[in-house]
Amino acid sequence: MAAVILEARGLTRHFGGLKAVDRVDFDLAAGEIHALIGPNGAGKTTFVSLLSGRIEAGAGRILFEGRDITRLPAHARVRRGIAYTFQITQIYAALSVYDNVALAAQSHGSHPLKPAAMEALDRVGLTDRAGQIAGTLSYGHQRLLEVAMGLALKPRLLILDEPTQGLSQGEIEVFNGIVQSVVPAATVLLIEHNMDVVMELAQRITVLNFGEVLATGTPAEIRANPAVQAAYLGA
Amino acid sequence: MRDMKAFFLHLAVLAALLAALPLLSAYHVTNVAKIMVLAVYAMGYNIAFGYTGLLSLGHALFFAAGLYAAGMGISQFGLGSAGALVAGPVAGGLIAAAVGLLALRTAGVAFMIVTLMFAQAGYLTVLYFVRYTRGDEGIVLDRAARMLGGVDLSGDTPRYLLAFALFAVALLVNLALVRSPFGRVMIAMRENEARSRMLGYNPYTVKLTALVVSGVYAGAAGAAYAVLFGYVGASLASVQYSILPLLYVLLGGAGTVLGPLLGALLMFYLIDYASSATSAYQFIVGAVLVVLVLFAPKGILGTLRERGLRWLP
Ligand SMILES: Nc1ncnc2c1ncn2[C@@H]1O[C@H](COP(=O)(O)OP(=O)(O)OP(=O)(O)O)[C@@H](O)[C@H]1O
Ligand SMILES: [Mg+2]
Repeated sequence: MAAVILEARGLTRHFGGLKAVDRVDFDLAAGEIHALIGPNGAGKTTFVSLLSGRIEAGAGRILFEGRDITRLPAHARVRRGIAYTFQITQIYAALSVYDNVALAAQSHGSHPLKPAAMEALDRVGLTDRAGQIAGTLSYGHQRLLEVAMGLALKPRLLILDEPTQGLSQGEIEVFNGIVQSVVPAATVLLIEHNMDVVMELAQRITVLNFGEVLATGTPAEIRANPAVQAAYLGA
Repeated sequence: MRDMKAFFLHLAVLAALLAALPLLSAYHVTNVAKIMVLAVYAMGYNIAFGYTGLLSLGHALFFAAGLYAAGMGISQFGLGSAGALVAGPVAGGLIAAAVGLLALRTAGVAFMIVTLMFAQAGYLTVLYFVRYTRGDEGIVLDRAARMLGGVDLSGDTPRYLLAFALFAVALLVNLALVRSPFGRVMIAMRENEARSRMLGYNPYTVKLTALVVSGVYAGAAGAAYAVLFGYVGASLASVQYSILPLLYVLLGGAGTVLGPLLGALLMFYLIDYASSATSAYQFIVGAVLVVLVLFAPKGILGTLRERGLRWLP
């Protein structure tokens, strides 16, 4: 197996009595596309929020490229190369599409800025909307802009939280191509409900259920796993 | 080239201010000089509030820091006018940094209250050390102390020109700042802090930097006020002077470079006119503000920008 880019050990986060994430051990191989699946409320968003630093861990440890980042604030983790795209679209609605990606590109220190920003827009097919106010984009385009911002950060690890939600079939195909082009230079952790997308993209899959890891393996292994079938695939 | 268009608009405004000098009566020359100084203060306020989204109720402290650094520097430490004009922005920036380090641990309403408290503490400090500050009565700087390179700054024309020079520099720096990558980050912080953090920006340092720049502007305006108008008193450190730039900015347009000047100009003459017409002038000012909030909550230039002038910085 390739080198491990990120490892989590005993990662835990409770909300009151609710064990949203409970003693999770997790490894990401450098350059892989790893899907994180599980029923609604399984703790997927909470888990990746712990990785990105958006939420503080209750217990456990996170190593990224061999260094302990457990106590690092979110913005410092982004600078280390962990990009997170929000499940609920969080773009700058009042700013232009260009300014949205430029903010990501300049955070990465891209010089000159404009070509770097435009390249990210080009990859998601939004070049000709650069001047438009982001809030006036269609929902699908806002999702793609969110992805473009992640790309413009030139991350080592790109975490995508349900990126295809609300995308049309055509847009999903564009999106699949984008994700495949990111690896193996970078690593992708993908939360996804659309099983077609998961099966097409993921080399490995981790299933979360009630805040715990139910199974990890290749798509074929996950499909064949009886516990997963019972808890999640349901059929 | 929208950048060019914006740049020339700002140059045209500066040219108009300069061209107005020989056309104005002595009364209005004094007024407009004061308006330009107050507009610099409001521009500083706008950098924190309009661009970065920091609603401070304590900017009088930064204005007063510049005012007293200049005034007491001249009256008690033998500083010249030039030295006073440097001491002002330095003092404003330092005090803003000190306040920001603590106040920026809070946000929203708590930030308003904490900044208000700091400014009140500053105001009471001025009153308490009446022996040095002369409290409410204030320090009057005599003419001899207000010379710059052999020019008497208490004269109408030199005063106007120095106020203009300060305003011009402040305006062009403001324009460059909001067009710079850092300016974009300030706006990003105002628009969506959570998002900005997840793009790798530390909200605390971005806001602190913006607040310090804002304090430098306020301090520069305070020092200019002391040197140009020769009066340094506690009323200028009171809460009214924290509200004033907020009103100017709201009227002219928060988050626009020319809004503070427009707001200061209109509000100054509105108060001037209303107070000559009626003793209830504060009622008229209040009514204007209500109309503004109801019909043009983005201020005059903010509304124009929404209605088509999208290139307006
Ligand atoms: N800030 C919070 N405070 C309290 N409870 C929370 C908080 N965030 C999440 N939870 C709870 O933790 C559990 C896990 O939520 P999470 O959002 O991580 O699930 P998810 O797997 O991403 O679900 P979905 O597929 O619906 O996005 C849920 O029961 C949720 O209600
Ligand atoms: Mg989720």
